[in-house]
Amino acid sequence: MKAEWPLWEVFVRSKAGLHHQHVGSLHAADEQMALENARDVYTRRQEGISIWVVKSEYITASSPEEQSSFFDPAEDKVYRHPTFYDIPDEVKHM
Amino acid sequence: MGISDAQHYQILSLADNSLILGQRLSEMCGHCAKVEIDLAVSNIALDLLGQSRFLYQYLEELTGRSEDSYAMLRSESEYVNILLVEQQNENFAQLIVRQYLFDHYYALHLQEIANNSNDERLIAFAKKTIKENTYHKRFSKSWLLRLGDGTEESHNKTQEALQFLTPYIDEMVSLGAQESSYVQSGEMKDLVSPISDIYYETLVSDFKEATLEWQKPQYHVKGGKDGRHSEHMGYILADLQFMQRAYPDANW
Repeated sequence: MKAEWPLWEVFVRSKAGLHHQHVGSLHAADEQMALENARDVYTRRQEGISIWVVKSEYITASSPEEQSSFFDPAEDKVYRHPTFYDIPDEVKHM
Repeated sequence: MGISDAQHYQILSLADNSLILGQRLSEMCGHCAKVEIDLAVSNIALDLLGQSRFLYQYLEELTGRSEDSYAMLRSESEYVNILLVEQQNENFAQLIVRQYLFDHYYALHLQEIANNSNDERLIAFAKKTIKENTYHKRFSKSWLLRLGDGTEESHNKTQEALQFLTPYIDEMVSLGAQESSYVQSGEMKDLVSPISDIYYETLVSDFKEATLEWQKPQYHVKGGKDGRHSEHMGYILADLQFMQRAYPDANW
């Protein structure tokens, strides 16, 4: 028997219409237990109306060594931000 | 506001079951093998304490005796909780079997109250509590299946716990002496015996699913409903009441 249960990442949607957000991780033996544990650990103060759990091992992550090649080239490309337009006053909520 | 002895007894017995089981579970806070389970058990303990508080407050409204006095200042024989909820947290298997037995009895009893009680407040209480209870049942049943149908060690421990707790089952679904006399005089509805058959059927099928050997109990241990408790009750009350006894009327 393995000493530790596998690690799971927990995503909670706080209300309808919003997207699920990563809130943390936990240990559980299988998906059902992960869901129940997530309910008890992360939604006991009414934080959510929907929970996703996914095994941490299924997440592919960018590595810290690749940080410069991944993210630095975007630094001097201000034209990728849509800030060069004049927005008419009639357009609300921008 | 007037209150009959029967009504008083009915509210008190619900409150005492939740208080004592809540106290028992809260002993585990910080002691479970996994932090996730620690939180789950503490959540259930808090739900139960919340339920008992609602009911003691209701009694306070009816009788004028304070909720704290109900919870903290009665003597052992004045508590009318069932014996099952006093039983120790011997190990995780015993905690789960005790919880499973209680949750599934409580679900049926609450439904019976919601359908047949003539006390509006208790009906409202039952409807609200059924939601909490539904989650508690899910937790205790899923763990019963995991442990019963798990490793050899978890199976054996669960089987042992079930053997140990079986004599305490029937008290939940049969009337105590006090209750009987209220029912016979027509002061109280019997909201307990009608659930007996379906309760036992549920146990038979769930224990089978959990690969546990079980037969309907041949002998029973009873008395809690009439204030006669097991040896554990004094220790529970010593913990629970210490502050109020040592520093009467102490406040935050």
